[in-house]
Amino acid sequence: MKFRDIYSSQKLASFIIYAHVLYMRKEEYEMKRHNMVLAVFAMVSLLLLSGAQSVFAAPIKIGVAGAFTGDLASYGLPTANAAKLVVKDINAKGGINGQLVELVIEDDQCKPELATNAAAKLVSAKVAAVIGHICSGATKAALGIYKDSKLVTVSPSATNPPLTQSGEYPNFFRTIAPDDAQAKLAANFLTKTLKLKKIAVLHDKGDYGKGFAELVKQYAEENGVQVALFEGINPGAPDYSAVVNKIGNAKVDGVVWGGYHPEASKLVQQMKDKGMNIPFLSDDGVKDNTFIEVAGKYAEGVYATGPTDTSNNPLAIKAIEDHKKEFGSEPGAFFLNAYAATQALLNAIAKAGSTDYNKIVAALQSQYVDTPLGHISFDKRGDIIGFGFSVFQVKNGKYVELK
Amino acid sequence: MKPRSIIADIGKSLAIAVWFMVLLFPLMVMKVNVTRGVAQVQFRWNFLPLVGIAAFVLSYAWRIALEWNERRGSNRSGGIFGRAKAVGGAYLAKPAVRTGSLVILLAFAIAFPFLFGMYHTNVMITAFIYVILGLGLNIVVGLGGLLNLGYAAFFGVGAYTYGLMWKYVGPSFVAAGMDPGWLFWISLPLAGIIATLFGILLSLPVLRLRGDYLAIITLAFGEIFRMVMQNSSDFTGGATGISLIPRPWFFGQRLPPTKAATYIYFIAIVLVVITIFVVRRIEDSRVGRALEAMREDEVACEAMGINLVKNKLITFALGAFWAGIAGVVMAAQTTYINPDSFTLWESIIILMAVVIGGTGSIPGVIGGAILLKLLPEYFRALAQYRMLIYGIAMILVILFKPDGLIPRKRKQYTFAEKELSK
Amino acid sequence: MEYFLKLFLSGTAKGSIYALIALGYTMVYGIVQLINFAHGEIYMIGGFTALILGGFFFSKGMPVGLVLLFSVLLSIMYAAAFGFTVEKIAYRPLRGKPRLSALISAIGVSMVLQNFVLLSQTEKFLSFPSYLPEFSWLQPYKAYINSTQLIILAVTAVIMVLLTLLIKFTRIGKAMRATAQDMHMAQLVGVDVNRVISVTFIIGSALAAIGGVLICSYMGQINYYIGFIAGIKAFVAAVLGGIGSIPGAVLGSFVLGWTESLGTGYISSDYEDAFAFVILIVILLIKPDGILGRTQRQKV
Repeated sequence: MKFRDIYSSQKLASFIIYAHVLYMRKEEYEMKRHNMVLAVFAMVSLLLLSGAQSVFAAPIKIGVAGAFTGDLASYGLPTANAAKLVVKDINAKGGINGQLVELVIEDDQCKPELATNAAAKLVSAKVAAVIGHICSGATKAALGIYKDSKLVTVSPSATNPPLTQSGEYPNFFRTIAPDDAQAKLAANFLTKTLKLKKIAVLHDKGDYGKGFAELVKQYAEENGVQVALFEGINPGAPDYSAVVNKIGNAKVDGVVWGGYHPEASKLVQQMKDKGMNIPFLSDDGVKDNTFIEVAGKYAEGVYATGPTDTSNNPLAIKAIEDHKKEFGSEPGAFFLNAYAATQALLNAIAKAGSTDYNKIVAALQSQYVDTPLGHISFDKRGDIIGFGFSVFQVKNGKYVELK
Repeated sequence: MKPRSIIADIGKSLAIAVWFMVLLFPLMVMKVNVTRGVAQVQFRWNFLPLVGIAAFVLSYAWRIALEWNERRGSNRSGGIFGRAKAVGGAYLAKPAVRTGSLVILLAFAIAFPFLFGMYHTNVMITAFIYVILGLGLNIVVGLGGLLNLGYAAFFGVGAYTYGLMWKYVGPSFVAAGMDPGWLFWISLPLAGIIATLFGILLSLPVLRLRGDYLAIITLAFGEIFRMVMQNSSDFTGGATGISLIPRPWFFGQRLPPTKAATYIYFIAIVLVVITIFVVRRIEDSRVGRALEAMREDEVACEAMGINLVKNKLITFALGAFWAGIAGVVMAAQTTYINPDSFTLWESIIILMAVVIGGTGSIPGVIGGAILLKLLPEYFRALAQYRMLIYGIAMILVILFKPDGLIPRKRKQYTFAEKELSK
Repeated sequence: MEYFLKLFLSGTAKGSIYALIALGYTMVYGIVQLINFAHGEIYMIGGFTALILGGFFFSKGMPVGLVLLFSVLLSIMYAAAFGFTVEKIAYRPLRGKPRLSALISAIGVSMVLQNFVLLSQTEKFLSFPSYLPEFSWLQPYKAYINSTQLIILAVTAVIMVLLTLLIKFTRIGKAMRATAQDMHMAQLVGVDVNRVISVTFIIGSALAAIGGVLICSYMGQINYYIGFIAGIKAFVAAVLGGIGSIPGAVLGSFVLGWTESLGTGYISSDYEDAFAFVILIVILLIKPDGILGRTQRQKV
């Protein structure tokens, strides 16, 4: 209840009392005055207490940080929407332990220097915990600040393996499997299912794309696959025909791409235009409906790894419905991951009974939560338990999960 | 005002309004969305009158502003602003007032981190870093007249010096039990020296080039540096960058982020003061005067016997030095560096700070750098419109003050005839 | 040998893409000595306008050929109008002022246009339907060159020829050459310099729009950010060939395209940009004014 509400309800109450006093006759007035005073006292104190409860029981502030403007905004905005929906639901049920939840949203455009500013802002705003960030680079930059301020941070999309595996960030959790899990799955798939012998591995020279590409190369070579070509291309360039020619010249059976969908769609189009119909396997940056939109008919047959499809989960269906009702559109990238992250975090705070750092960490690691991603918890390092990656393929213009 | 000219003005503005309504029609009124390869267009008719009205009002205001600007240009000493400046200038010229206001400013700067929280302190540290960068670039562009579009590379050299020191020398420090924060103080001068070397390296191929060819080569160097950093992942960590860079040593204690921020804030202030002092001295020295001569007219300069090659080398080297130092502070502040922080866009921002502040004028550059770094942070509230407003602000400032907010004062020597005694 | 041929043709295709944008850059620079950072954004706006109007016409059932024709014509007109407006508002008032000021203004315009499109349309990557014809006789050679690449190449050649004829044989061309040589002198002999500059911007922007439609059709996608990268590459190409010279811009673009393509094909794609810049530095060391640049004589 906001201050405005308290003020207006008290004003209303005092108006009613005043009006009642005004219209009473004198003798009644003397007798009733005593009762009146008691009644007024009771009413006012009741009002004050109820108002006070919401004023003194300050809301729990949760920070949400990520790319909400800039060229990677389409990866960050669904997370903000998910957090808003979960908080709306929880507040409608009375909040956590009687306290309402309030979101503090800060933008970092997926840039490390802006991420540190956003982190500093959230720390100054005294948030209890943070959902975010979205991009691994930005998350890395901000985590130092959160670690020193002892803030639990749950990310729905930062997949860089060292974030949990290096042990440097005990305050970090994520509701998405790390890149090495993804890369291992991809390498196994192309070796055992597609049975490729010689591949080309390309990346966009970025942290995420190159990381995925290097891991796939490593795991593929361990499985005896020959990586004939390992190159980085410039994101944003209009023409990749030189690289495509190089791929053709190397006579490979398949191509692995580490990076995002704009380059993937250009590559796929230019490869097929040159008559190369070899399998194309990529990461969850490409497992996005925008890829199918942009690449059109060229997307057909492309493989991509991505978070396991949980759209049959009733909680997932409800979450997507809520998004459509509230925001009028289908949710975008990492929506369900962010939904689960917010739910897990708020559940941990509720179970811990406080916003104490150690208690939240303990709760996250010991409690299981039912989310749109399934029945999940977190391991000692902060990685998610109960949810992983699958391989998808574009069939008839839609991503279909391959079992 | 004659009614004739008002009607003419209104007519002109109406025409402009119609022009903009047609011009912006496809982008503002029609909204395209492509699904399954088929483009669908929605019409947002309510924007059309908005565009028309806005164009009408703005073009009217624009015309008045331009007229005011022209009148102001030819009559600098008159008008309200002129008189305010004259009064203010006279007031500030008094030494007591100057020292007084400097002391107040200094006191405010020192009290700042304690008055405002960590977030604002961090923003000011970034502003100070850019002040140092701006002053450094000012030596190249303002003093020497050489356009450098790859300045962020030197900034990166400084940051990576500290980062690489941490990556390779750091572990032995930690193993020996010494606080890695010492590396900050070691890297500070080291980065300056290495950046200077890079500056000299850059100036070698550009000695014969002029104007925009010089610009493009410096741009090329900036991009090459970034690419090399990005691709050599084994040596520099590539796109993954270097993280967990230690904060500067503070008497053996590990400071929490708020106190560390304050500490870096004071280091930054000290560095800024040193930079301002040194740059002022350079300006007044033989070297400075030679650079100014080079900027004004290279041919005349050579005719006077000034060695162009040596001076160009000095210009780039000096400019690069400050960028190196700024880089170390930046690495310490964000504790994580990667090549994406040193792009062409960074160089452009630093150049903007110099030009908008006032090419060649030290207070101008300081003001420009602070403005350029503070505005987008404090515009955060405007969210998505932030960058748009930023761009418009740039254009407005440069149109109405093309010499910069605080233009440089050219040295004037007046010759007064002496009265011949009878 | 076959590999080399493929790479060479790739390079040629790349070069013609850069040339379409570089031509506009070099024209403007030759006359007003301004690095028009906003040129890339005009290219992007040309593409967006074609997408919006083309999509509208297509949805109304117009045949593909007419859709292409109208969307190209209209996007050229709109881009030219944008270029004209931008010049009038942001560059003309800075005519006599220091060059750096006009550069900053150009950067500001670039930011405004980019964010304007971002806010009024979308941040997403949109699929760009290509209405360009597919040549069936080219099918057997599709590993070497495809229809869109051929069209871009042909259009570039035609434009270069038309521009050279314009500059050499028309009155406005003569006025442009005069203004490029010496603006004050041109004014003294009666050339309307304002009109010449406006016309230059109009032509340059029109070329950018053509580039926008063709290149976006080739890439199959469009996004508000594509102007920035395209602009930088085109600028490098123009300088390489000698900024201010029209055949120079085309030659520089092709040299850039071949260098990148062969460098990628034989060495590595990681350093694709580095090859381009190294070639630039080498050529500027040998010929400080670019390959076909006019030697700027410095007068005292």
